[in-house]
Amino acid sequence: MSGSSGLGETNGRKISLTRRYRFAASHRLHSSSLSEAENERAYGKCNNPYGHGHNYFVEVTVTGPVDPASGMIANLGDLDPFVMREVIEPFDQRYLNEEIPEFRENVPTTENLCKEIYRRLAKFPKARLERVKIQETSNNSCEYAGD
Amino acid sequence: MVRITRKVEFSAAHFYHNPSMSAEENRRVFGKCNNPRGHGHNYVLEVTVAGEPDPTTGMLLDLKELKDILQKEIVERMDHRHLNYEVPELAGKIPTCENIAAVIWDLLKPRITKGRLDRVRLYESDDLFAECTA
Repeated sequence: MSGSSGLGETNGRKISLTRRYRFAASHRLHSSSLSEAENERAYGKCNNPYGHGHNYFVEVTVTGPVDPASGMIANLGDLDPFVMREVIEPFDQRYLNEEIPEFRENVPTTENLCKEIYRRLAKFPKARLERVKIQETSNNSCEYAGD
Repeated sequence: MVRITRKVEFSAAHFYHNPSMSAEENRRVFGKCNNPRGHGHNYVLEVTVAGEPDPTTGMLLDLKELKDILQKEIVERMDHRHLNYEVPELAGKIPTCENIAAVIWDLLKPRITKGRLDRVRLYESDDLFAECTA
């Protein structure tokens, strides 16, 4: 098979592949280093001690050379089970503050969630993780590219 | 600099098969997408052009012109076609989202003369897209 973009950058273009996943989880925004009043002021409704939840979308972008044999940057047969194992299964239908060890200290804001998901996915062995985008609601999203 | 994006859709059939691999290997690498009878998608293509708007018209480029380029170069070539057999630019390539996006970039690049081609994003479904960027 003739390759199209064996070096990842050809004809002045860079190519990436983005896959979207989803999970639903609850959280509460509360910092142990702030007073009750400060937490209330910083997080408003999101500080409700009973927590609340979202239907999250996670966009995972990988980059690298397109394998001429498969025509792919990454085979979804590898990427999907990896993301499921590292993120979707541990996060879906969970209370993030208590059930994800990293959020026992860190506040599970969209920003911190995005960075934590990036950290978990950065070790994907078959392609380079370029960025992670988390959509918390249709009005809020956050992107992290490791920088 | 501004970036302006035009969206267009086309529907096409494809399947994944590499003749230099065994039947078993093809099934292992490509899974369901290896079905020789093919399957199809409603592709959504977003094309972004970057540059400075003309001070007189306030436009970076005439969107009608971009629409016509996308119609002629992409939709007429790929809409209601079988990508494995009917698009010469994809001959000898597996018609994955990555390879189709790259072919689209290469087709459009010389046709965009006002501003410069900045991004080609090709959605195969709501949950999967390939993107070429400058």
